[in-house]
Order: sequence, then C-alpha cells, then structure tokens
Amino acid sequence: MNSVRLPHLKASAEISTAPLFLPKSVMVSLSMSIGAPCEPVVKIGDTVKTGQLIADSDAFMSAPVHAPVTGVVTRETTLTAANGKKTRALVIETANKQELSDEVKPPVINSREDFLKAVRASGAVGQGGAGFPLHIKLGFDPKKQPVDYLLINGAECEPYTTSDYRELIERGEDVISGIKLILRHISIPKAIIGIESDKPLAIKKMRSLTENEPDISVAPLPTGYPQGAEKVLVYSCTKRVVNEGSLPVSAGCVVVNVSTTAFVARYIKTGVPLIEKRVSIDGDIVNKPENIFVPIGTTLAEITARTNLRLVPGKVIFGGMMMGTTVYDPDTPVTKTTGAILFFAGTGSAEKPLTSCIRCARCVNACSMSLAPTELEHAFDRKDAALLQKLHVNLCMDCGACSYVCPAGRNLAEKNQLAKAFLRSKGSLSKIG
Amino acid sequence: MNLLTVEPSPHFKSPVTTQRIMLHVIIALMPALGVAVYVFGWRALLMTAVCVASCIIFEWACRAVMHRDNTISDLSAVVTGLLISFNLPVNLPFYMAVIGCFAAIVVVKQLFGGIGQNFANPAIVARIVLMLSFTTQMSSYAKPFYYKLAATDALTGATPLQFDTVTGATPSATVPHLLDMFLGFHGGSLGEVSEAAILIGFIYLLITRVISPITPVAFVGIVALGSFVAGRNVLFELTTGGLMLGAVFMATDYATTPLTKKGKLLFGLICGIITLIIRMFGSLSEGVAFSILLANILTPYLDKVSISIPFGAIIPKKEKAVKNENH
Repeated sequence: MNSVRLPHLKASAEISTAPLFLPKSVMVSLSMSIGAPCEPVVKIGDTVKTGQLIADSDAFMSAPVHAPVTGVVTRETTLTAANGKKTRALVIETANKQELSDEVKPPVINSREDFLKAVRASGAVGQGGAGFPLHIKLGFDPKKQPVDYLLINGAECEPYTTSDYRELIERGEDVISGIKLILRHISIPKAIIGIESDKPLAIKKMRSLTENEPDISVAPLPTGYPQGAEKVLVYSCTKRVVNEGSLPVSAGCVVVNVSTTAFVARYIKTGVPLIEKRVSIDGDIVNKPENIFVPIGTTLAEITARTNLRLVPGKVIFGGMMMGTTVYDPDTPVTKTTGAILFFAGTGSAEKPLTSCIRCARCVNACSMSLAPTELEHAFDRKDAALLQKLHVNLCMDCGACSYVCPAGRNLAEKNQLAKAFLRSKGSLSKIG
Repeated sequence: MNLLTVEPSPHFKSPVTTQRIMLHVIIALMPALGVAVYVFGWRALLMTAVCVASCIIFEWACRAVMHRDNTISDLSAVVTGLLISFNLPVNLPFYMAVIGCFAAIVVVKQLFGGIGQNFANPAIVARIVLMLSFTTQMSSYAKPFYYKLAATDALTGATPLQFDTVTGATPSATVPHLLDMFLGFHGGSLGEVSEAAILIGFIYLLITRVISPITPVAFVGIVALGSFVAGRNVLFELTTGGLMLGAVFMATDYATTPLTKKGKLLFGLICGIITLIIRMFGSLSEGVAFSILLANILTPYLDKVSISIPFGAIIPKKEKAVKNENH
C-alpha cells in the first residue's frame, strides 16, 4: 500500500498535557457529529451545570450535547462550522463556581442494550476527525454482520498532532479498560491497538499494559501517511480490504480512536459525558507547543489569547496539516472532533508555484487507494463524469497525499473533492454503489 | 486578530519542485559531461553550451510569442539541451545542433503545449531529425583524444557498433577494449561513450528518487538477455551505442513514459525488444533512439492497459466485460 513520508514536527509529544483551561464563555455547536443536528433542551437564561444535557435529537444518526461548563445560557447564535455549513450554537457564560450536574451518574449496565444506551447518552462520537456517533458504530447487528476485530486507532499520522499519543502515555490504562468494556458488551473476540512505529514509548507502554490480556494485541504499524485512515488501518492490522462505499464493519472490523476508547471507560466509571477535549497547540509561531484540556466550545479567540505566539497569526488550522480546515472566525469553537489547533504566520504555508503537470507519477505512487490523481484532474477539468467514475474518484478519502507530493504544486486533492461533489450533483453516485 | 487565510487542505506541501527535479537530472548528467570533455576536448563543452543556450532561447521565445508564462526557470530546457548535445558527435557543425534544438523545443515540446505535454522525448526527436537530415555528419565520430592526435589521424567514420553491422563481424584489432568501452575511451556521441559516468548519474537519480529503476533495468535487461540468446557479445552490446544513456535518461522522461510501475515495466521491455530487432535485423547500426520514440507513441495506450485497480474498488460488470473485449 502506498504512503508518503511527512515531517513529524511533533514538538508537543513529550510534554504533559496542561490542566483544564476555563474560558470566560463557551460556544457549544449543536452539530458536532455526522448526522442530524440537536435541538436545545434548555432555554436562554437557564443556569446549567457541568455535564447537564443541553441539546438532543430523536434522529437515528445523532449524539446528544452536554454543558461543558457551569454557567448561564445567554444566547443562541449561528456559526459557520469548519466544513462551511451553518450550525446553531448555544453560548454559555462561565460562572465563578463550577459544579457537576446531578445528572452525572455512572450508568448501570446489565446488557448490550444498556451499554449502547450509555454510549449514546455519553455523547461519544469518533474523535479522530469524522465524528461518527459511537453508539451507531458499535450498534451493528452481530447476527447479520459478525465482527472479529476491534481496531483501536493510535496511528496519529498527521504532523504536529500529539493528542492521541498523550492519551496513550497519560491514560493508557483507560484505553485498555475501554477496550475490555467494548469487547465484553459488544461481543467482539479480539482487539488490536494500532500505533505507528515511530512512537516506541507508546508501543512499550501499551505492550506492558496488555501483557496479561490474551485478547488484546499491539500492532506497530509502518510509519507513513495516511496510516490512520480507517481503510488503511484495517488493511495494516488485518490485511482485510474495505470495499468501495462500505464501512469497516463489512470487513468484520470496527475502528475506534484511542481517545474515544479511553473516554468510554471514564464515562462508564464516572458518568461525566464528552465535554472536554485534549487539543494540541502548535504551528510555526507557537513558542511553547503543548497539549491542553479545554471545555468543548472554547473559542479560537480564547485559545489565541492564552497561547504564547511569536507573531500575529495569518492562518489557523483546526485539525492536522493534511486534512484540517483553515478557519477565519475568532469565534470558531472547539468541537468533539477538534484534536489540534495550529497557528502559522504566513498567509499560507502551502505556498508553492502552480506549474504544469510533468507526469512524474509522484501522486500515483503516493495514493494509498491506488488512484491516479493526475488522470482524475484531467477528467474533472473536462467534466467527464463517466471517466471520473471509471477511475473511482469516490474512493478518494481527501487525505491530501497527492497534493503534498506534487512538484508542480497542483491542488489534486481539492480537485478530487470537487469531482466528488460534481458527481453527487449529477446524481450518479448511486450507480456505482 | 487580523484577517486569516482560508484555503483547502492539505496545508503544506513537500519541498520538491519541478525545478529541483530538473536540477537533480542536470547534476546526474555532469559525470558524463566531464568524461565527454576529457575524451573529446573543449569542443564537447562548447557543443553542450550551444545546445543548452539554444534550447533556453527557443523556449523563452516560444513562450513569449504564445503569450504564456515563461517556463525557462523550471530548467527542463537545460536538461533537453544537455541531452541533445550528448547525442551528437563532437565535430558536428554548430548550426546543425541548433536545428536539432529547434526541432526539440519548438516543434516537439512547445507546439504540443510545453512541459509535460510533449508526446515524444524532445532530445530523441532531435537526434532522429539530425540523423535523417545530416546522416554523414551525424555518423562521423571523432577518435577519443583526437584533439591530441595529428590532423590526419583524427577523424574516423564509425562507432564500434558500426564495425559490427558494417562488416558483420567484430574485428578484434579495431574494436576497443571492453574496459575502455565502459569508461568511455572510444568513438561515439558526446555523452553516450562512458557507461561508467552514466551509471553514476543513474545511482544519483535513484538516491534522489527522481526516477524509478524499473524502466532502465527492464530495457537493459531485455537487450542483454536477447543478445545472449542470439549469441552476440552481451557486454559489447551493453557498452556501445546510446543504450545506457537512452535507458537511464530518456526512457525515464516523465512526460513521455507511462505513469504506473506496470506501465514502466512494459515500456522498458518494448524499448529493449525494438532495440534488439533494429540492431539484429535492421540496416541501422543503432536502435535505441527509434525504440524510445516508438514506445513514446505507445505511452497513452500503455497508460490505459496498465492503470492500477484502486484499493477496494468495485468494478461494475459492464465495465469488466468491456475490458475483456479490449484485451
């Protein structure tokens, strides 16, 4: 399988996570996962306590939202999410005295259904970036679709980001308890923790923690981007192939991120829902790269104010260098899927002259899905829907490896995103299944 | 906070640029240039300078006339100039070399859209155009170190390969020693005489990951195998003519060769087979240039048949059926 070598730049890897930062106010998005947005269950002016349910939805594909801090709900607003979509958000002014809500109680679990219900109530979504509600991921029907492996994604192949690594180092025990809980309640026989080989300390720690766990193994993965992509991880750990348009469950695998797994363990123990995130703060103008715990809803402005920056930022990325999103609004809040905030001085760290394709095939050799990005670009420029389908552009997972390696500075990954949107607009996605 | 930049991911890119790749190729060509100057004297350097300068000027002029961005800074014209000069005998009149450069840059490269768009390797076409237009001058190779010899001894009419085909045998007295052949102390075009220097360049290109070894290895490998089976002197076949220069520097040209590994393998094999056929059965003494040109023309088809099946792709049945018909 193809991959690219990226500079690691993980300066915050060996620094302990800073304790919870309490902002003056939080802006809690009501749409932090794939699926339906939530409706508020509190009113403007209400006082909410930490961990209290503030928004929920009846929709199948959804996850509830909880108050990250104790305070007063002052207003509802609309914000532009990182993906460009407008979402509703609640603003909570932080009170001086922080206290846990009475609703926060460890769940009682006697069955698989209880466990899934608890997972839903925790507000857990995939924290790796996609934000797939965890109770749906784990709620597969074992009779129809047996699952052989629980794969714990600790690859963290993006440069700069170290939040999953810090979770393994600081709270590896929680990761193991989370795995055991999922294996037991969801009846999956085996778990594999996949960690890139360039993180020997994490591998060593997890190996020592799983010494007496016959069902849990640690798999050192080849170091290369995008090792943490779901399909790539499934292949690296099990040599199974997830087919086009299918989820890993079709290959008998469920992939859960390291931090999400550890969160499940803590929730079952304490009942505190998903209200805080560990976020890596780094970038070329950050004096002291670090990880910090922040309440979900902490805005970029608050984080910028507490971060020691050398220069005025010209570009801020939520997420990693390869797949993260540039943001422009100081009010952009941390959500359940934010793992890193990166600050850069320049107007763009991707400055590279755009020249003609020289057919060097670097993109072809970089694509872990074995696509031919240069041919896809030509097909998209000609708006040739049939050729785009024949070249399977829908398999592109937007990892950006092709754009990264292109010596001509061509934005191949962007073209693929546009091509997929173009095919969707033509309604031809269904044909390929 | 001031205004923030918004752009699509990924937010950084590798430091590799087209210019840097071309610079690597130029560096890889330097050992062969050094040997050329050592063996053929300063006129070799002058010939190279003329070719490089005319390629840059033609490229600049073309882009200016067509009102397009100027691309001379990507250094690809320099590479073409170097390769053209490497394909010429040292005593070729300069104006002929300039005609070759015109064919390469203006006709083959810029008229088809510039870098990455040319259907054939510009330097190969230049060599072939000159071969057909000025056959005598293009095949009068100077003796090695001719510039140190008396004027009457200096010129000779044949390369070792020509001995072979002209007389049908290899008269041992006139054929240079194999080690001399390998190092480059024999008659031939400027840059193709020293296999040693070309191999140094090859290794450099592999280390810098500019080229994949697949095409050169397949190309040279099939020529070696074919020569062995046909009972010809394998080492002699490998060290004469433009085989090494062509396999390493021209059959690996990005624009005119297939994208995938499978395609590159097919390309190398086709080049090797055509070279063998021309060398064994053709009236031409040298087949490398024509083999690469013919394979260049096949490249779009090779791309089509060698495209990788994407990971986890579901091929619709209809598409499968069409594919089977095509094969």
